[in-house]
Amino acid sequence: MSRRPLLAAVVAVVLLIAAVILAFAIGRFPISPGELATLVWAKLTGSAHGLPPTAETVLFQIRGPRVVAALLVGAALAAAGAAYQNLFRNPLVSPDILGVSAGAALGAALGIFLSLDLWWIQGLAFAWGLGAVAAVYLIGQAVRGHDPILVLILAGVVIGALLGSVLALLKYLADPYNQLPAITFWLLGSLAATNLGDIATTFVPVLIGLVPLWLLRWRMNLMALGDEEAKSLGVDVVRVRLAVIGAATLMTAAVVSISGIVGWIGLLVPHFARLLAGPNFTRLLPTAVLLGAAFLLLVDTLARTMARIEVPLGVLTAFIGTPFFIWLLATARRSWQ
Amino acid sequence: MKLAVRDLAFGYPGKRVGQGVTLELGEGEVVCLLGPNGGGKTTLFKTMLGLIPAQGGEIRYGDAPLARLAHAEVARIAGYVPQAQTGYFPFTVFDVVLMGRAAHLGPFAAPGKRDREIAREALATIGIERLADAVYTRISGGERQMTLIARALAQQPHILVMDEPTASLDFGNQVRVLERIQSLARAGLAIVLSTHDPDQAFLVADRVAMLHEGRLVRLGPPAETITPESLKLVYGVDIAVVEIAAGAVTRRVCVPSLSPRRRSTPPGPTH
Repeated sequence: MSRRPLLAAVVAVVLLIAAVILAFAIGRFPISPGELATLVWAKLTGSAHGLPPTAETVLFQIRGPRVVAALLVGAALAAAGAAYQNLFRNPLVSPDILGVSAGAALGAALGIFLSLDLWWIQGLAFAWGLGAVAAVYLIGQAVRGHDPILVLILAGVVIGALLGSVLALLKYLADPYNQLPAITFWLLGSLAATNLGDIATTFVPVLIGLVPLWLLRWRMNLMALGDEEAKSLGVDVVRVRLAVIGAATLMTAAVVSISGIVGWIGLLVPHFARLLAGPNFTRLLPTAVLLGAAFLLLVDTLARTMARIEVPLGVLTAFIGTPFFIWLLATARRSWQ
Repeated sequence: MKLAVRDLAFGYPGKRVGQGVTLELGEGEVVCLLGPNGGGKTTLFKTMLGLIPAQGGEIRYGDAPLARLAHAEVARIAGYVPQAQTGYFPFTVFDVVLMGRAAHLGPFAAPGKRDREIAREALATIGIERLADAVYTRISGGERQMTLIARALAQQPHILVMDEPTASLDFGNQVRVLERIQSLARAGLAIVLSTHDPDQAFLVADRVAMLHEGRLVRLGPPAETITPESLKLVYGVDIAVVEIAAGAVTRRVCVPSLSPRRRSTPPGPTH
């Protein structure tokens, strides 16, 4: 199960390429793989491509940015989920469960409510996301004598509910003609409105978050042994945990501020990545990044094309994620051991 | 490297488990810690390793007080073999053993070729090379225990702290672990282990420490410390210590004084 690193890499890369080709090939203006190659080649070399100019506009102005955003959001959420799962020694945690998403959502909604620009929205999303995960973690530490996994999940639910009610208050107070639709649309999760500027602003914090996770990739395995054993093996548990929580929360908040709430990716994808590549974080992290990118792009393609109007992305991932979570809850103890 | 514990109080804030523990451990020496269930053996070990803060007294590794050592520094001196638990992600045995190298690597480093060799040697020393690719969560309790001993060896420590290393093992594996402990001590490692079986202390220990109500009530060579009186004090039951001839050597063994079992008589007719 964990001795097939090459297979895992191949599967993840093939899935990713297939998802990208599919994303361009279907939609109101399909671009075939051949046309895609021609257009990209023409763009790189500056030569003429002989295709209608609409194709170029669709590729570089509309579909392209959206595809890149989907890849970025999926990769970041999956990487953050994998990191949280290792850190909390628990395959059922994810940015959603730990309240990070809810906190980031509230922060971002606050930014919209105050009519701030994207940098501020990201900053608020990060601060509130971090605050939420800190609160959940502290509750998990303070409440002893129960199953720690259960306490962590329940603490996430409670903090999430609290943040949700503050969010509801914010929506109640928001200007119903401008801000309320913006907040609502954004809470449903969507990549329809992403442009190249957003991607540039998000790419940097995602990268800043990914670097420490990659550097600490081997040490992350030891964190999965629990505090005392990790310490006995010489790990500075407190520092590693702070770095990883900070990094994963930064990534989550950054992508939440462009895509809105897209749940479940951080729970689902690391789990499949673990089935494919095994639990060793050195292989799990890259596999989760590739699978997350591919999976979210596939779901976004579905959201864009399955009905006459666009289905909100967050709604779609919830429909996929909920039954999965129930299945995981029923079988998890077996499947992660 | 000598481990010296002086007047140590251990436990948790608001819940002291034991105090007044003074103990020294020198190169190549095996000290066996005996004590009842819940007597604080594990807490004492964790305190000695700096995993939980001492509640008083002093612990020194060589010349350095424990309080001044980072976790990585302690881990290069002392390897810990905890009681095997299963709550891991399904790592392979080799991956688990390789984790023993962490203290020798920088925080951002991954183990290299040399580390893999050391891990493989550790597996070979314990005799479980065949398990390298097995999944840690799916092997038997005894195999897990062996894996954790191999992991501690991969740390290349001077001192080995083993918390009931034979607890979940069948008789053959118990003997195998005891043999390993002997040969590791002969190679110069200082070893402190806890056990529930005083006979094991007769087999491998140079000295025995007996923990009773949080204090070391006996400390010395096995023949002097493990007596019917001390066993009665620590375990609260009557145990005879007898000498038997095993080949050319005589050994001491503990024999619980149970009254001989009577053959049950079939129930007679009732009236």
